[in-house]
Amino acid sequence: MSTGTTKLDVVVSDVVPVNELVTRFHFRRRDGGLLPTFSGGAHVVVEMRDGERTRLNPYSLMGSPLDTREYTISVRRDDVGRGGSLFMHRSVKPGLEMVISYPVNLFSLDLRAKKHLMLAGGIGITPFMAQTAQLAGEGGNFELHYTCRTASLGTYADVLQQRYNRRIRLYHDDREERIDLDRLLSTQPLGTHLYVCGPAGMINWVRDRAASLGWPPETVHYEHFAAPQPGLPFDVTLAVSGKTIHVGEQQSLLEAIEAAGVDPPYLCRGGVCGQCETNVISSDGKFIHNDHWLSEEDHRSGCKIMPCVSRFEGKSLVLER
Amino acid sequence: MGITFRKETFRDDFTFKNSPEHIRRFPFPFHEDSYMYAVNIEPHVVGPKGSVLENLIDVDEHYVAEMQDRALVLAEDPLRCQSLPHMTLAGWDLLELLMEQQALGYPEHFTLERNGDRWRWINRPLGIDDTFTFGDTSTLPYGPMEYITRQSQGDFCILDQRDGNLWMDAGMVTTQADWSLDFDIGMNFFEWHAPVPLAHEKGIFVRALKFLTNIQQGKPARRLNWTMTINPRLDTSPENYHKWGPDRATVTPENVGDKVHLRVELQSFWRLPRSNGIVFPIRCYLIKMDELVTQPKWARRLHRVIRDLPEELATYKGLTRYRPTLVEWLSKLDDGSATSPGFGPD
Repeated sequence: MSTGTTKLDVVVSDVVPVNELVTRFHFRRRDGGLLPTFSGGAHVVVEMRDGERTRLNPYSLMGSPLDTREYTISVRRDDVGRGGSLFMHRSVKPGLEMVISYPVNLFSLDLRAKKHLMLAGGIGITPFMAQTAQLAGEGGNFELHYTCRTASLGTYADVLQQRYNRRIRLYHDDREERIDLDRLLSTQPLGTHLYVCGPAGMINWVRDRAASLGWPPETVHYEHFAAPQPGLPFDVTLAVSGKTIHVGEQQSLLEAIEAAGVDPPYLCRGGVCGQCETNVISSDGKFIHNDHWLSEEDHRSGCKIMPCVSRFEGKSLVLER
Repeated sequence: MGITFRKETFRDDFTFKNSPEHIRRFPFPFHEDSYMYAVNIEPHVVGPKGSVLENLIDVDEHYVAEMQDRALVLAEDPLRCQSLPHMTLAGWDLLELLMEQQALGYPEHFTLERNGDRWRWINRPLGIDDTFTFGDTSTLPYGPMEYITRQSQGDFCILDQRDGNLWMDAGMVTTQADWSLDFDIGMNFFEWHAPVPLAHEKGIFVRALKFLTNIQQGKPARRLNWTMTINPRLDTSPENYHKWGPDRATVTPENVGDKVHLRVELQSFWRLPRSNGIVFPIRCYLIKMDELVTQPKWARRLHRVIRDLPEELATYKGLTRYRPTLVEWLSKLDDGSATSPGFGPD
């Protein structure tokens, strides 16, 4: 029906360094009003105006859904990424006017659960900040297991332990602490739902063990945003709009399509929601599929691509856009 | 000035009527002289003044009478309102949405005062002034969904979204066109649509589900649907089929204008913020043929639509029995002249 979501005009009200890698950003409405209510697990897409370039990156909302005076996100600096997190860390200061999307939730709590068992890895803690706040307010039953590299990189571990005490379990890589996953998954009460957010390896490990131990798939929830990866530049013909575009090394295909003035629908920009799915008319080369939306069969067929995260290497690519 | 609420009934003596202003604002669903299924979904944004879209949640002159009729239905059959245990949060979402929209559109009739989670709700047409704690069910006389939908026109289905599907897990359904919440409760999108002919094979529901699961907060959508009802009866439920089914055999050339009603549903779809569910209000508008034909364009167009309606559709909508009588009656009001494009009267 239309591109993305409704937009919100906000101003950066605070920038707080959390540790050596993570910084928290606070947004308020420019008109001083309340922001829309949201549900734990929701994200917003932040528009970054970086000179000629516009980046649109999704970040989980980590404040309490009960407090809509401001939204907060936490951004982990990625020195070898495409530059979005570096832009946030270097250029976003209090008072800067920005545009963000309405909240969208692709990692929703299943409210039928008798217990919510949460597993977080690293910066994957952010959606759980909001979900635990939501559940605590309703007297919900949850337990959070959080792995981080070192105590000093355990973003918000202290806050969580202070708030929820024994419901939070920490595991530090440098102390060789590991989640005893099989034991954890084997000793949960009936009606427990499992949520995991973290690096791809962790998500795959947890899903795999849960499946082996007989957890029904509908009780296992995961947040799997893939950041678009940089890669070799390539050229694309957009058949519907009659344009030929160049996708730069640090640019995603979706960003290049948008830069050419064509606006495909999108929501997550992370290969999850399916909104920007695009038909391939012809191709001569190799697809680099990085999404979690298309089936393996779709990937093999070469007939579809998710331009938010996937790339192409080869002679020619013609898309139905 | 506000709305003058009518005293009227939707059962027994059927005194329901539309005022001349309400005839003109009726959401006539045909934009051309024929009708076929179409994907007629559009953004639910505010429409022209004096139309049913002037506010996103419409309150009209039938409000008080419809709420009285709903109370009668619920007294006889409490299962018309059901909410599975995990849907209470979605009920609060709906309460907020309906209170905010009604207070925004009709400040002379409704007032919402929010002071943190302490809320005061004043509903002047129904004589209600309640103060309660948002989120605390014990501070309301009913659950949040039942409380607010006893004060809001239209049926409401609340759909839980999980596993890539939508689940009919709560609802208030007393003004329905022959379907049952008690039968559908807990079903998923494909299950509750199973009885609809042809559309499954065409993949319509797969596409519709994809659209609905992507409805975004702050971006509601809407569509119109229609059927016909004999007598202005809101409650045409399967549970009460024995009461309204036989009415269809009572249509004669003499009583068409009074008995036959066009029934239009304004369906809208909203993402709920806290629960991430979807609410699907189904607002029913009724107009009798005598009122409808006061707009000559509508009379001509309705004649052509009903006359040329494919047989399968006429059967599905339950018109077969009285269609010839209705078409004959309408034909006298159709001089064959052209109708202007668009829905509205000339």
